[in-house]
Amino acid sequence: MTAEIGQLALTLALALSIVMAATGLAGARVTANVSRRIASSAAMGLLVFIALAFCTLVYAAIVSDFSVLNIADNSSLAKPMLYKITGVWGNHEGSMLLWVLVLALYTGAIAFAKRGSARLTSAALGVQGLLAVAFLLFILFTSNPFLRIDPPPFDGAGLNPLLQDLGLAVHPPTLYIGYVGLSASFAYAAAALITREVDASWARAARPFMLAAWIALTIGITLGSWWAYYELGWGGFWFWDPVENASLMPWLAATALLHSALATERTGAFRTWTLLLAIAAFSLSLIGTFLVRSGVLTSVHAFANDPERGTFILIMLVAAIGGALALFAWRAPSLETGAAFEPVSRETALLVNNVLLVAATATVFLGTLYPLFLDAFTGTKISVGPPFFALTFVPIFVLLLIALPFGPRLSWHKAEFAQAARPLLPALGAALVAAIIVCFVVASHIVAAAGIFALAAWVIAASVLDLIRRPVKTAAAFAVAVAHAGLGVTLMGVAGTTLWRAETLALLGPGEKATVGPYTLTMGQFERDDGPNYAAIRADIHVSAGGNTIATLWPAKRVYPIEQQETAETAIRTTGFSDLYLALGDERGKGRFIVRAYYNPLAPFIWFGGGIMALGGLASLWGRVRAKSRQPNAQAVAAE
Amino acid sequence: MKRLALAFILFASAAHAAPAPGALTDPAMETRARALQKELRCVVCQGESIDESNAPIAADIRRLIRERIEAGDSDSRIKDYLVGRYGDFVLMRPPLEPSTWLLWFGPAAVLLLGGGIAASVVVRARKRAKTG
Repeated sequence: MTAEIGQLALTLALALSIVMAATGLAGARVTANVSRRIASSAAMGLLVFIALAFCTLVYAAIVSDFSVLNIADNSSLAKPMLYKITGVWGNHEGSMLLWVLVLALYTGAIAFAKRGSARLTSAALGVQGLLAVAFLLFILFTSNPFLRIDPPPFDGAGLNPLLQDLGLAVHPPTLYIGYVGLSASFAYAAAALITREVDASWARAARPFMLAAWIALTIGITLGSWWAYYELGWGGFWFWDPVENASLMPWLAATALLHSALATERTGAFRTWTLLLAIAAFSLSLIGTFLVRSGVLTSVHAFANDPERGTFILIMLVAAIGGALALFAWRAPSLETGAAFEPVSRETALLVNNVLLVAATATVFLGTLYPLFLDAFTGTKISVGPPFFALTFVPIFVLLLIALPFGPRLSWHKAEFAQAARPLLPALGAALVAAIIVCFVVASHIVAAAGIFALAAWVIAASVLDLIRRPVKTAAAFAVAVAHAGLGVTLMGVAGTTLWRAETLALLGPGEKATVGPYTLTMGQFERDDGPNYAAIRADIHVSAGGNTIATLWPAKRVYPIEQQETAETAIRTTGFSDLYLALGDERGKGRFIVRAYYNPLAPFIWFGGGIMALGGLASLWGRVRAKSRQPNAQAVAAE
Repeated sequence: MKRLALAFILFASAAHAAPAPGALTDPAMETRARALQKELRCVVCQGESIDESNAPIAADIRRLIRERIEAGDSDSRIKDYLVGRYGDFVLMRPPLEPSTWLLWFGPAAVLLLGGGIAASVVVRARKRAKTG
């Protein structure tokens, strides 16, 4: 019965989303108040039915109902309960259902928050309705998770062991909250073009949704990078893999959007540009979904590859992006008022930020999609790997980091450069000190390391100083300082790990030793360490530093018989400032195993920095929500 | 049997690791080999370099690189050899050719174009600020 309940709920959700799209868009022209009420009710109904469908699938996974094809294909009796549940979104159909669940959550939030005028909210709900219709049709016709099989198998086929991991339980939902969250900014942008209401109150209405999406993307990417680090067993944290790039592009665009919308909100400047960025950011999310789901790329993330689905997503992609851009081309010229500001001003700083972030986004876009296009049009196969991004993306980001501390110091409309820059002198001092310390402490890659650490110190010191000097410490000022400092922290982690990593590859039997960085490793015994659905061999490796034994680590190798895959379970000992990272390789001959050992200085900073950036975003969001609850609906009332 | 073997190894322990399997004894040559490995793609994997792949073919190419280095080949000759065998696909850093100009110069072009547009926006905004 359960699968049929899910099927029915999805169908009802589709009907409600059609109602929402029709009434919502009608509200842009007539009786906005009534339309908004109807569309809001439809949005709440949509949320209820999609949540019901999702719960139904989770229930089928918990009770291992193998008569449901999706469960039979992706679950198995022996799988631990946690992964039975998280496995629901570890496959194509389930993850698309999660996608629309998040879409419904944001739609509900738009309806509930009622930010902006009734016309604007109504039109935004209408656009969300169109997206819901498209994705529900996609699910029902090409990716239905509720299909039955007869007869049901006795056991399921299992889940990719790489995905049986706690990091993977939280990584996709977080990333989806980011990806799909950009749909709210997109819907508000389209609504602004439809209703011609694009002003400061529009930016205020849309900003919390931009922030929520940006925070979730930041956390999602950080978690994904951390997962790749400990799960893939090579000690790398970012591979410039197309699927990683697919999440980085919306993040870069959303970062540009947050900054541009700030100018729109404060002075009304760059309003059409902000709309275009909002459209672009969600378009990149859709392109990311297409890249991952269509099978154009195959990697550990792309668990579905099916040309029919790819075609369907491609049609949706062209319709959504093309439609929005056509609307933009039609309406935008009449909406731009033209800003007035001096060349030295916050507005100019935000323009510089946007030019650099857009160039960075374009670089990732080219690096990810160029090989696909070249192959499609000329049949030539090329690879675009880390060396390409080191030569193109990195210089753009360096420029961005050099310019960053000036931005928050400049006042709107007109600023004095000398007056704004003078307080940054201590930060410049901090940068020099960092460079000098690096020159004396390290032996390798001195020039690059000194430069990067100077840059990190420059950004962090400037952010902290800026916050200290502010007479009134608002949530917004705190948010800016924390988010920018977080970027500096991540930069230190990336630089430390990339430049100074020590690496040892050794064949070790019991009692044999190897050294990596400051640590000496002594191999102990090998033991069997089987789990419910895998067989594993575990090595006890004793770690000593300066003659004292400080820890025992247990890197392991697992074999999953149902899925016929091997995984390396890495063992990581972190001090907060560096990681000792051990992975167990193949057995070679008589009881000796290859051990890959890495000493990764400052690696934890990569993820600390990501967390700090997200914290900055949360501070900004909290400030907004609190301000709104103090003056309930003041803006909305004023706008109506 | 395995247990017995383990015990035997434990007692006979030389207490020193064997050198990393396959590594070259000359550290300068080994460094060159590692740098080359990072520039080459494992042709059967998804976006992994030769340096970080478990695939058998990656291990073969790692061995081949070391043989060629020991035989005195230059880095570019080794790369040319592998490109001859697998095509440009094997290079992590795509070659600069007419077909990849857009890829290589695209980022700089976007930066310059964006900078130009931004400059014109600033000029117009200044005019407005002066008159308004």
